[in-house]
Amino acid sequence: MIDHTIDSNEAAGLAHRADTAAHHRAEPPVLTLKGLRQTFKTPRGDVPAVAGVDLEVRPGQVLCLVGESGCGKTTTARMAAALTEPTAGSVLFRGKDVAEMDRTERAAFRRSVQYIHQDPYASLNPVRTVYSTVSAGLRRHKLVASHAEARRVTTELLERVDLVPAEDHLDKYPHQMSGGQRQRVAIARALAMNPEVIIADESTSMLDVSIRVSLLNTLGRLRDELGVGFLFITHDLAVAKYFAWQGEIAVMYLGKVVERGTAPRVINDPRHPYTKALISAVCEPDPDLVRKERVRLRGADIPDLTDLPSGCDFHPRCPLYEEGDCDSVRPPLVRGHDRLLACHVATRR
Amino acid sequence: MSPVNDLPATPDTDDGALLSVRGIDVGYRTGRKSHVIAAHEVSFDLHPGQSMALVGESGCGKTTLGLGLLRLLPRTGVIPRGQILFRRKDGVRVDVRTLEKEELRRFRWNEAAMVFQGAMNAFNPVLRVQDHFLDTFRAHENGRRRSRKEILEHSAELLEMVRLDPARVLTAFPHELSGGMRQRSLIALALALKPQLLILDEPTTALDLLTQRSIVERLTELREQLSFSMLFITHDLGLAAELADRVGTMYAGRLIETGTTRDIFHRARHPYTSALIDSVLPVVGDLRVPTPLPGGPPGLHTLPEGCPFAPRCAHALTDCATTRPALDVLTPRDRGLSHTAACLRSTDSELHAEGAPR
Repeated sequence: MIDHTIDSNEAAGLAHRADTAAHHRAEPPVLTLKGLRQTFKTPRGDVPAVAGVDLEVRPGQVLCLVGESGCGKTTTARMAAALTEPTAGSVLFRGKDVAEMDRTERAAFRRSVQYIHQDPYASLNPVRTVYSTVSAGLRRHKLVASHAEARRVTTELLERVDLVPAEDHLDKYPHQMSGGQRQRVAIARALAMNPEVIIADESTSMLDVSIRVSLLNTLGRLRDELGVGFLFITHDLAVAKYFAWQGEIAVMYLGKVVERGTAPRVINDPRHPYTKALISAVCEPDPDLVRKERVRLRGADIPDLTDLPSGCDFHPRCPLYEEGDCDSVRPPLVRGHDRLLACHVATRR
Repeated sequence: MSPVNDLPATPDTDDGALLSVRGIDVGYRTGRKSHVIAAHEVSFDLHPGQSMALVGESGCGKTTLGLGLLRLLPRTGVIPRGQILFRRKDGVRVDVRTLEKEELRRFRWNEAAMVFQGAMNAFNPVLRVQDHFLDTFRAHENGRRRSRKEILEHSAELLEMVRLDPARVLTAFPHELSGGMRQRSLIALALALKPQLLILDEPTTALDLLTQRSIVERLTELREQLSFSMLFITHDLGLAAELADRVGTMYAGRLIETGTTRDIFHRARHPYTSALIDSVLPVVGDLRVPTPLPGGPPGLHTLPEGCPFAPRCAHALTDCATTRPALDVLTPRDRGLSHTAACLRSTDSELHAEGAPR
């Protein structure tokens, strides 16, 4: 049997991580999202994909967004990276509104906030070599003086993301690499700019379980050693738990954050009925756990964003639904003793 | 060399199995005279009412095997040897591998149906859902000619069975349905002709957690109601633990361990199976640092001489690089439920500290 216990080395690493986490928590956020909204206009009516989200990403910290598809995770991430303009609200980088930045400030913002996409098969240009892909930003932002330097820096970057021996990979094309290796190239490309924040949108969901863990460990090292802040998006609660254990998890439902708190609190002691339902829906790889008690939803299907229910968005599916406030008043995201929660019933308890 | 296991050597032996796969190779033609084999010497028995999961990383030959069993491979696919014996509803055993074109058409959907990978793309986007049902019934309902109205009524019943609103779904185009609704419609369609065997390829991948949960519950209920056998392909071990009564692990195109769900999840004897289970990130409980499994499965052209897993194996001996282990029976049971593993150290007490297998 393979040993399940954490060996002393890893335990030391974890302790170290906890120290740095405590240290970083005091630091001001690098990236702040304030009252962010995105409404898409469609022939069927307005779609409020993101309806008022406030989040902060701190250096060396992870903020993990979880939720079902269509809940606005990716839209939030794209606004955070200033790839789309919010309908309302603002993105602040080091306290400065991105929308009001001048050319040089914006270039610095673009360098400091990097995006890793979901699909490594689609996010790499198939006719460019690894060297060409990774060094493109270096050359564009004139961070390297010569070809030789570009190759040297690229080699270092590949080593940092555990693509070793780096020399063998420099001149490969994406089709010559596996999914996990491609995703490492995408990470190296993001790292080339020496970013302060990495926005990772479902970056591990396309990979096999075995590769996923080692990729998450690579990302974790960047977080701990380089102090990179992460806005990490995933629909996989296990991944969120593993990667954001020292950080925060925000659960989104239909464009709003419904529960937000430290990862151990949210995962091991969920309060919002939606978070509870998500966690109890996970299939555990143990046949003896199969018959465990599950949260029963009143309805299986997610409401249409063009036709949201009145009151709490979750009430048509909510097992805790009570007549009264739930179907008439939208619950605000309020601070409880250890987390933020948007639920009439759970906050009362 | 045929694998050493408890399966009857003579394929004529009739032990009540619904599907008896005997030493099949499934591969793809790569040239006029060359082919690669993606699934090697696969043998197993599936008995009526059983649900078996095939697990493994991508590129282990799971989908190739699943498609091969129904002869649904793309045109370059070949099954150069072996037997796929299937007991039809009329009690006759046929070898799917050698069925003629017309017999094969009658076999598919009536006897065994498949739910393909990627609920998003399995429907024809320019046909309404009802047209898919009409097409299916007309193509596979042997000899029966029913009116459009009758077929649509039957289709509505099927959709209700998977808790969909037929009035809304039947006339909808696939893009108007959510992923979960599409997947449920596909399951309804696959069950249209009451097949004895349902093969599902990654039935919940790309679906949301809550949708995934509702599909799992639906499948469990349907299996109780209609008592079909199920073979499903997944890389999600949690799903396997939940939906299957038995599991087969595939690696580099071979079945390397089979057993009941408990055998596999509680006392796995192949290091690859254990490594797969250990690399799963759990949601419940405190943080556990999983053991990553380095590397990836070998390419089909570069299979190592000995055990294909030896280069990645933490417990490999020198013999492992030269001897290919056979699938040995560790715990014999009937109805194909034996615990078998293809590992030289499968009975090594040093590795498996909990003692002899029960």
